[in-house]
Amino acid sequence: MTKDECKQVVLDIIAEIAPDEELSDVKSEVALREQLDLDSMDFLDIVMELRKKHGIEVPEGEYGHLVSLDSCAEYLTPKFDALV
Amino acid sequence: MELSRIVITGVGLTAPNGNSLSEFRANLLNGVAGISRTEIRYMGEVLAGICNFDPLRYQKKKEVRVGTRAGSISIYCAREAVFDSGIDFEAVSKDRVGIYIGTTEHGNVETENEIHNISQFNYETKFWSHHHNPRTVANNPAGETSLNLKVTGPSYAIGAACAAGNLGLIHALQMLRLGEVDLAIAGGVSESIHTFGIFAGFKSQGALAEHEDPNRASRPFDVERNGIVVSEGGALYTLERLEDALARGAKIYGEITGYHVNSDATDYVLPNPERQTQCIRAALKQAEMAPNEIHIVSTHATATPLGDIQECTAIREVFADCPDTYINNTKGFIGHAMGAAGALELAGNLPSFEDKIVHPSINVDQLDPKCEMNNLVLSRSIKAKRVDAILNNSFGMLGINSVLVVRHFSD
Repeated sequence: MTKDECKQVVLDIIAEIAPDEELSDVKSEVALREQLDLDSMDFLDIVMELRKKHGIEVPEGEYGHLVSLDSCAEYLTPKFDALV
Repeated sequence: MELSRIVITGVGLTAPNGNSLSEFRANLLNGVAGISRTEIRYMGEVLAGICNFDPLRYQKKKEVRVGTRAGSISIYCAREAVFDSGIDFEAVSKDRVGIYIGTTEHGNVETENEIHNISQFNYETKFWSHHHNPRTVANNPAGETSLNLKVTGPSYAIGAACAAGNLGLIHALQMLRLGEVDLAIAGGVSESIHTFGIFAGFKSQGALAEHEDPNRASRPFDVERNGIVVSEGGALYTLERLEDALARGAKIYGEITGYHVNSDATDYVLPNPERQTQCIRAALKQAEMAPNEIHIVSTHATATPLGDIQECTAIREVFADCPDTYINNTKGFIGHAMGAAGALELAGNLPSFEDKIVHPSINVDQLDPKCEMNNLVLSRSIKAKRVDAILNNSFGMLGINSVLVVRHFSD
């Protein structure tokens, strides 16, 4: 999986959990919470959807890796690759 | 101590046959029911009263996703009631507003959904949603409403089985009289059609209605009645002290002049007409009214074989010699809206203060002789000489009885 593909996976999840948000111009390097109306429960939703849809576990101590799309891609891409 | 007079100044509702008081009332007068068939998990096809209001009128998509159906119903009804009241809500001190919402039950829907959800994952509980607890706490419908309206005063739910709609109003009245709040948003809601357990429970009890025509399935007082049609819905009111309502020139739907709540203490599900009679008499006494001063008795009857007879026994006992007292029922139109029932059924009758028309009970092809009552309005609306007071019955499981008396307001 490429990092761009990984970012799209995360964006697809955000589209489901935050359906009021406009996601077309989300900046990869900027924290998601600075651009979108997301709270801590929404981040737990992202963690849950990664678990349900993709079988990926994000331990609580590593939630900080989900701060931006760039950091998500950096952290999650190897996990997706390890699934194959 | 002289008690404050409490009046109804706004109505917001959603019922299976109407999303506003005017639409609901028109359908009650025109004999238009709102029952349909729907698929429900494990049960297959069932009859239900489904509301079709637009939740996105007052909520964001995310709020609908994160919240509950009861929350959406409450928010819709609360917003509609506040708008209808004409109050300048922006200027209202939000810490002086109370939200009191009656519910039959809350939490079954989300619990069933989560169990179904983890069943897709071999029942591993790590797939159980973190939203479960805020969705299932008993105060959820009131809490979601407080979030939506930015109300910082007391907001909570009142569990009172199918008497809950009346109980929400009674509690609001008490809090206004105590001076705890200056404006109350109160009534009852139900999301129960989204839980298979309610249907399965009534089915096992032999109390779930069946009929080939959905709109003829709920038939209180008919000799062929065979049980309850479960419905969702809500009715919330704005209540104020009379002096506050008059000071702002509010429209006044009616004044709550009497109420009573008691308990059968006899059975888990079967009602006790003696206690119902006592409850009705106590509400009349508080209202300082004789039975013949009541012009509409809005019955609770749910179309169970025994429950209807019990209530009719209680009503005959109190209203035997009342030639100007008419008796009706709303459940033939909308089924049993559980925690919303009492509040919705009162709403459907409130316009009678103005137009003097009493809506009928429908779906009675052959009246059960054991349900005969003087002036039971069947099939067609009637024009009354006067409608100055409504008595609203609402009873529930575990033997909770509630009665409201609402009078046409006059100085």
